[in-house]
Amino acid sequence: MDFLISGTHISPIYLMVVGFVIGILGGFFGVGGSFLAGPALFAVGVPMNFVVGTDLAHIVGKSIVAAKRHRMLGNVDIKLGLIMVIGTILGVETGAQIIQQLKRHRNVDAVVAVAFVIVLVGISAFIGWESWQTSKMRKTERAGKSPSKRKLKQDASAIAYVAKYVQGLHLPPMVSLPNSGIARISLWTILVVAYVGGVFSGFLGGGAGYVRMPALVYVLGVPTHVAVGTDLFEVVISASYGTFTHALKGNVDILIALVMHTGAAIGAQIGATLTQYFHGTRIRLAFVPLPLLGAALIVYSLITGHHLK
Amino acid sequence: MARISKETASFGSFLIELVVYAVFVFAYFFLVLHFLGHWVKHLFDQYRTAYAAVALALIVVQGIVLEMLTTALLKLIRRREE
Repeated sequence: MDFLISGTHISPIYLMVVGFVIGILGGFFGVGGSFLAGPALFAVGVPMNFVVGTDLAHIVGKSIVAAKRHRMLGNVDIKLGLIMVIGTILGVETGAQIIQQLKRHRNVDAVVAVAFVIVLVGISAFIGWESWQTSKMRKTERAGKSPSKRKLKQDASAIAYVAKYVQGLHLPPMVSLPNSGIARISLWTILVVAYVGGVFSGFLGGGAGYVRMPALVYVLGVPTHVAVGTDLFEVVISASYGTFTHALKGNVDILIALVMHTGAAIGAQIGATLTQYFHGTRIRLAFVPLPLLGAALIVYSLITGHHLK
Repeated sequence: MARISKETASFGSFLIELVVYAVFVFAYFFLVLHFLGHWVKHLFDQYRTAYAAVALALIVVQGIVLEMLTTALLKLIRRREE
């Protein structure tokens, strides 16, 4: 199928399958899936500036499906999501401006690809280390307890002291997030986390859930299930803004996004339903190989110069 | 044994629903995207602001419609399981 806007020729089946896999992962991990969608589009010859914008557009459609499903499961903190939208939109605009600067210097592909690989490998390594530490800690704690007392949505983290420190910062105005189990937290810390996620979103494409979901858990102390649902809710709004601003700059091939989304819609439903059956630590541990897969696809394209047509 | 046959039946009905969904999607590809392509390209080249608004509207509407469709399909699967 010819996609006239980006000037590419890609099999719609390939796009649907990529969408389906990303839909399952997105619904399960609460991420837009750009760590796979970006490399998967780049690998079939879509220019990097189109990868960034098109991926954001596909995420809008997919996140509507997954966010609604998570809301039904009680995993969405709407207050937290709405606060985060403000920081994210500012960050997305900053990231999109960086892309525009790089387009002028004609080295957008190389810089974005290398930055993507560094971020993906870093996140994967960190979450892997933390989840492993947490699993060890849980095993030790559980030694004398009855398994029936454990709950699926119970959360634990080996670096919970980071969230405790952040929640203890007294930078008014302070807000309470009862749905996330947070009594008091500075509004500024939420906005900073959202802004950083937004910069990644505008610069590398996607909803940047691979940055925001771990940040919600480790920095703000939001339980993993709520982080997944809230991230998706917030992504619907921020990715819509990102799609519009990137489309204005000529970085969106909406037809590619529409085809990918047909696969993602059903995958997202399945992924969101699956979260009910796993502990937060297991969800995070299962997340570890995914960014590495995305990084491997980019490295392959960069080293060989070949695209997976 | 009964549990295995129940799981097989629910997986089978899931596959049927997936085929129904695939038929909808293929019809969508050929009927909608084929005709939409040139018009959207024209907007992209000539009216960038209109293109941005149309692009966002298309993906949001598709998101809502497919969400309703997939929810209905998954409800059908659950009803069959019961």
